[in-house]
Amino acid sequence: MDGLTKLESQSIYILREAYRSFKSLCMLWSIGKDSTVLLWLARKAFFGHVPIPLVHIDTHFKIPEMIRYRDDLAIRWHLNMIVGENTRALAAKETFPDGNVDRLGCCKNLKSEALRHTLSGEWTRYRLNHRTLKYEPDENREPYTGVIVGVRADEEGSRSKERYFSPRDKYNEWSVGDQPPEFWNQFKTDFAPGTHVRIHPLLDWTELNIWEYIDREKIPMTSLYFNQGSGKRYRSLGCYPCTLPVDSEARNPAEIVEELRSGKFANVAERSGRAQDKEDSGGLETLRREGYM
Amino acid sequence: MSKEQMNIVIVGHVDHGKSTVIGRLLADTGSLPQGKLEQVKADCARNAKPFEYAFLLDALKDERRQGITIDTARCFFKTAKRDYIILDAPGHIEFLKNMVTGASHAEAALLVIDAKEGIQENTKRHGLVLSMIGIKQVVILVNKMDLVDYSREVFEKLAVDYAAYLEGLGVRPVRFIPISAFQGDNLVSGSGRMCWYDGPSVLAQLDAFTKREEPVKLPLRFPVQDIYKFTEEGDARRIIAGTVETGEVRSGDEVVFWPSGKRARIHSVEVFSAPARSSASAGEATGFTLSTELYLHPGEMMTLASEPSPKMHCRFQANLFWVGAAPMIKDRVYKLKLGTARVPVKLAEIVRVLDADDLSSTHEAQTVNRHDVAACVLETLKPIAYDLAQDIETLSRFVIVDHYEIAGGGIILQDLPSADSVLRQHIEQREHCWERGWVLPADRAAVYKHRGKFILLTGAEGDTRCQMLAKSLEKHLFSSGCKAYYFDIANLRSGLDTDVAAESDVRAEEIRRLGELGRVLTDSGQIFITAAPGMDAYEIEQLKLLVKPYDAFVIRTGKNEEDLPGVHLALDADEAVSDAVAKVCRLLKEEEILFEYYL
Repeated sequence: MDGLTKLESQSIYILREAYRSFKSLCMLWSIGKDSTVLLWLARKAFFGHVPIPLVHIDTHFKIPEMIRYRDDLAIRWHLNMIVGENTRALAAKETFPDGNVDRLGCCKNLKSEALRHTLSGEWTRYRLNHRTLKYEPDENREPYTGVIVGVRADEEGSRSKERYFSPRDKYNEWSVGDQPPEFWNQFKTDFAPGTHVRIHPLLDWTELNIWEYIDREKIPMTSLYFNQGSGKRYRSLGCYPCTLPVDSEARNPAEIVEELRSGKFANVAERSGRAQDKEDSGGLETLRREGYM
Repeated sequence: MSKEQMNIVIVGHVDHGKSTVIGRLLADTGSLPQGKLEQVKADCARNAKPFEYAFLLDALKDERRQGITIDTARCFFKTAKRDYIILDAPGHIEFLKNMVTGASHAEAALLVIDAKEGIQENTKRHGLVLSMIGIKQVVILVNKMDLVDYSREVFEKLAVDYAAYLEGLGVRPVRFIPISAFQGDNLVSGSGRMCWYDGPSVLAQLDAFTKREEPVKLPLRFPVQDIYKFTEEGDARRIIAGTVETGEVRSGDEVVFWPSGKRARIHSVEVFSAPARSSASAGEATGFTLSTELYLHPGEMMTLASEPSPKMHCRFQANLFWVGAAPMIKDRVYKLKLGTARVPVKLAEIVRVLDADDLSSTHEAQTVNRHDVAACVLETLKPIAYDLAQDIETLSRFVIVDHYEIAGGGIILQDLPSADSVLRQHIEQREHCWERGWVLPADRAAVYKHRGKFILLTGAEGDTRCQMLAKSLEKHLFSSGCKAYYFDIANLRSGLDTDVAAESDVRAEEIRRLGELGRVLTDSGQIFITAAPGMDAYEIEQLKLLVKPYDAFVIRTGKNEEDLPGVHLALDADEAVSDAVAKVCRLLKEEEILFEYYL
């Protein structure tokens, strides 16, 4: 069995384990390549269906193409699409582009806070109505107790210490120092009331694996990842004020694989185009403890 | 085509140099991101401390503060042959569970020993854990050779001592490599300072490890993870989903499910967005449809009818490694997870607790404490299918969950006959100690005009008909002058069971309490009628045992897909209530519970 198939099998096993163990389960979909691969793996795990709601946190500063792509796939693949946001901070303009907070403060408001309250059900969740193709307030306000996230261990220092099943307490806190053991393929699938578990099926994948898999499976990706003639493409997707494209000629997944394997990006960090990482050497770690992906 | 990938765990006593080994490997093979080495060196210069390769791994703020590796960290690392993930497990004893986690996901292990300090407690304990986890390829790195003047004698003495220790665990190390991670000797290339060593460098050794092959030659073991029936867009498939652990299965094969014993043939192998296929083998996450629709639960084990069956005893001996904060004790119900099965389990007996420091010595103990390795007898409260470690290793592995947390893991070494189960012992003990009044059951029967009896009505899960029938039976018997009393199993949840309600698996405890209650009320001369939908054969058996010395009377209502053993009377779904009640009363008379002349 080749390496990619092995990674695929393990991720499918974890997805099925999560689906079986958590009554109120959701999957975060950032529209990026990792969580889109995760979405594809879910379709494989559940034989063409996606029986898990997909949650997207809309900061309203996402590159517009991302939102178009999200809704297009949601409709095409019959996804149970849920969108959350920090309505208050957006209205009060407590954002970096509005000039009222710094980059990390903006991430905290529009991502961490929005995510936390959307998961807990305290803030309105908007659900795609497949008949009208509009987002409507979701009646389900149950907190999600299992949250599937597409993080990879090779992305960034703090992520390399995650578990496949990683508990968060009532305040979304991640206790890095005291994580549950994982013996063989047995994970933490029991949880105390009030806590929830983050599930990370892609932990062992690398950026290269992701693109090899996208190439092999022909997974539809947003065009932002590819050079459309300008000699630039995005390597990592986020909000437009904080995400810059990189110089690259790669026009499709195969060319990206080539670029990662031997070309100019072989030794350059993936998130080098993400401005918020640079503000503080442990910034992502701090955000992460607070629940940011 | 993607390159081969392998997970390696690196273990050893604290400060014996694991992080330096990894830091050095990453740096010397050019596996670090651009500028990382310079950045860490600059950090060190700014803080006026000497640069160490270990600092490269301290990605987290927390870690830098404490100066120790707090968790299993993953490092990505490549050679021309394959991509490696190195799982760095901490050496401190309080992080042993992290080390287990790292080792669980590895195919090979590097165990680091400080040449100067020699074999320490965790050097031994880690060896013990590696043997339990089942890692076959273990290489010992004798580090800090620069501190012992690259002495061949020191190296060979250490190798002989530690090899002898590992021998006792049944682990044969691939080899010992003398290194100095600090100086870079024998890490990526050979060393001019240890000409007496002619083996491979660490890097060459990594590439010499062999990939674990998927165990396709073993008998089929397919733990059923879930049963999917997604009806969206007219999908009518009922798919048995899971990952093939061992062996191979094809369309048309006859399969058996354990512990239910149900049989069917594989109708199809299901895939999504992949070429159609007619077989599935070890390592594949897949799904099947069956030729006949069976009512199955997640957690059953599918095997081939033509191959050896798994073991199915409730009692077995295992080696157990405990990491829970609270010790493992007898008389507490834990959850056991094996394959995809999850069953309640009790610690029946501690055979011995192994002393990690000196494996020849063991001691008797009443509890299994944190970081203990114990040989013990476990008893599941429901049957479970498993294999022995010497037959099919992966299906002998289990974990124990204590109050939501994985608190221990182990391997099953021997199956035991279940004649003297914990429950039987309990009942024997209970009856022996039962303090009786001066009124005998016969005296009560003479006054009440009937004997005491425990009547259980059950039906399909969620079927309320058995409750309705039970209440009708109570009413009828009561109107006829009997001391009849109806009690629904659901009443336990809001009353007697409130202390266990927070636990995740209350069913076994619920059955026990219902049985104990049944024993008391039957003894008081009442006809105790209870309704409990969804009882399986095993639970019925348990209840029958619990109400001893009285004999339970079991009635099953409604149409069931399968035969339930131990049932005295099966009633059809469309049988009129009055007819059903009359039928029960007739049988009670035949059994001389109700005395004929009074009704």
